[in-house]
Amino acid sequence: MGRAGLKDILAGLIFLGFAIAFGGAAAGYQLGTAFRMGPGYFPLLLAGALGVLGVAILVKGVTTAASDTPIGPVPWRGAILILAGLVYFGATIRGLGLVAAVFGAALLSALASRSNPALAALAIAAALTVLCVLVFHVGLGISVPLVGPWLRGVI
Amino acid sequence: MDLIANLALGFETALSPVNLLYCFVGCLLGTLVGVLPGIGPTATIAMLLPITFSFAPVTALIMLAGIYYGAQYGGSTTAILINLPGESSSAVTAIDGYQMARRGEAGAALATAAIGSFFAGTVATFVLAVAAPPLAHAALSFGAPEYFSLIVLGLVASIALAHGSIVKALAMIVLGLLLGMVGQDIYTGTPRFTFGFFELYSGLNFVSVAVGVFGVAEILRNLETETTREVMVKKVSNLWLNREQFRRIVAPVLRGTGLGALLGVLPGGGHVLSSFAAYSIEKRLSRRPQDFGKGAIEGVAGPESANNAAAQTSFIPMLTLGIPAHPVMALMIGAFIIQGITPGPNVIKDEPALFWGIIVSMWVGNLMLVILNLPLIGLWVKLLTVPYRVLFPAIVVFASVGCYAIASNHFDVYAIAVFGLVGYVLVKLGCEPAPLLLGFVLGPLLEEHLRRAMILSRGDPMIFLNRPISATLLALAAIALVVAVLPSVRKKRDEVFVEED
Repeated sequence: MGRAGLKDILAGLIFLGFAIAFGGAAAGYQLGTAFRMGPGYFPLLLAGALGVLGVAILVKGVTTAASDTPIGPVPWRGAILILAGLVYFGATIRGLGLVAAVFGAALLSALASRSNPALAALAIAAALTVLCVLVFHVGLGISVPLVGPWLRGVI
Repeated sequence: MDLIANLALGFETALSPVNLLYCFVGCLLGTLVGVLPGIGPTATIAMLLPITFSFAPVTALIMLAGIYYGAQYGGSTTAILINLPGESSSAVTAIDGYQMARRGEAGAALATAAIGSFFAGTVATFVLAVAAPPLAHAALSFGAPEYFSLIVLGLVASIALAHGSIVKALAMIVLGLLLGMVGQDIYTGTPRFTFGFFELYSGLNFVSVAVGVFGVAEILRNLETETTREVMVKKVSNLWLNREQFRRIVAPVLRGTGLGALLGVLPGGGHVLSSFAAYSIEKRLSRRPQDFGKGAIEGVAGPESANNAAAQTSFIPMLTLGIPAHPVMALMIGAFIIQGITPGPNVIKDEPALFWGIIVSMWVGNLMLVILNLPLIGLWVKLLTVPYRVLFPAIVVFASVGCYAIASNHFDVYAIAVFGLVGYVLVKLGCEPAPLLLGFVLGPLLEEHLRRAMILSRGDPMIFLNRPISATLLALAAIALVVAVLPSVRKKRDEVFVEED
């Protein structure tokens, strides 16, 4: 299979996957009737529609072998590090507090760019931490503690 | 006479010191972030949204509106100076604006954008003030079936105007609708699609979804090709127009304003379409069409006026019907809801000070932008030199802290990561992210009205066709869909959007 239509095939498969996942879960909820719809009725309807659309896109990808632009490069390192930064932030914001969570997330995402050497990334992370503390803690007064409970005994 | 009394109330609200201050702060912040290359208005607003939550509703919404047109304005500056449009609606401005800047006429291009935007904003705000009340009044008689059909029309129209594959856009809408179903069912309280996580009971946070598909996905796109951009214009001088230039932009500004005000009301990419359409019209009417693409001032004046006029009138469906015309309005709806106000026809009656205050503040904000931007242009030029490798970690961090602060829910931060990834993959496969966000915001409303309508009709779906208003709206939706799929229109549509190459 050439790369022609590959985008449509992949997109179709993704939509189909979502349709099956949502449809499967929706079928487990009470469906009710058209008169009194239960929590599962409308989602199941939508999942069915998404499935049909997914198949349509898939079929189009398989049958047409025409003008499809290549998918292009994927920034694996960038994607992994940025997502890791977000997950790190979510996992540590309650335990480590604002300072450590922001610093780590900023460091991880700064490293996502190849043009940031380790030292530059550290500097960016430090600067962003100061900025965030100033904007969110001092300026807006959000109720997230600077230092979280996990660090209370240490510092 | 009502109009004058209403506008007076609006001025009273908008000109109170607090609101004036935050309107200014909003415009400033919006421009500041909007100027930064690589961040469009949607990501800007999603990122700055959380900081408005601690204010009173009027103040918060005035500030948000300020951020919106500030961001849009900042985007044009970036488009003109470094040929990097933050959003599709300023893509057209970049064509001739950047060429003008290369010829050393950056000052004239920026002044044209400022004057055109201000004029268009003033007219469109007036259109909004005149058109909104009767529309809201008409919408008061809408029942569940009418609302259901209206939302369907809005969703369908949003793809008819966008570019790209219609089937994929439809799939994105449906996926958005499904994602909107996550959380507790409104009637029975059954948790849906939560995987047993209590944190998901209240649904996915719309700010997370918006930041994910518009912010993080965009960062990943930009990381594909890390190139350093050259800021060519180090210093902008001559920020005004000579008589000849002034004469040349009058007609394009007027035409752009009319076109934008009209198209902005349409759901979907009205503001994007209007700037593209304005550009083609100017090119067609020009006696020297060969100048377009090489720095024709008309090519900046028309689209800039059109997209600003459309930005103002796109508030009409949001303020009167509670239906967002595009992703930014979807975020505004979210802001209304977080402030405890349900957007829709009742706002104008129940909260007149809020309604008219926002409308008048838009005009005040536009005036501020002109005053703010022309002298501060040196600062904006300096901002353009901030390298992207510093910018994107800042976006990631600000988005995380902002989203987390809304509800102190760490799942909202995970959601950014998930939607960033999903958004990136789907965009790469040729799907537009805007329909997904619109579907996500409208999903719960669509389901609620459908279920109510079916209870009204005791399970007979014919109710949507038996009621004249509802039937008309559905017919319009069907026509929009058929027209969008017609090969001749498709070709025409592609032509309009191809203009940018």
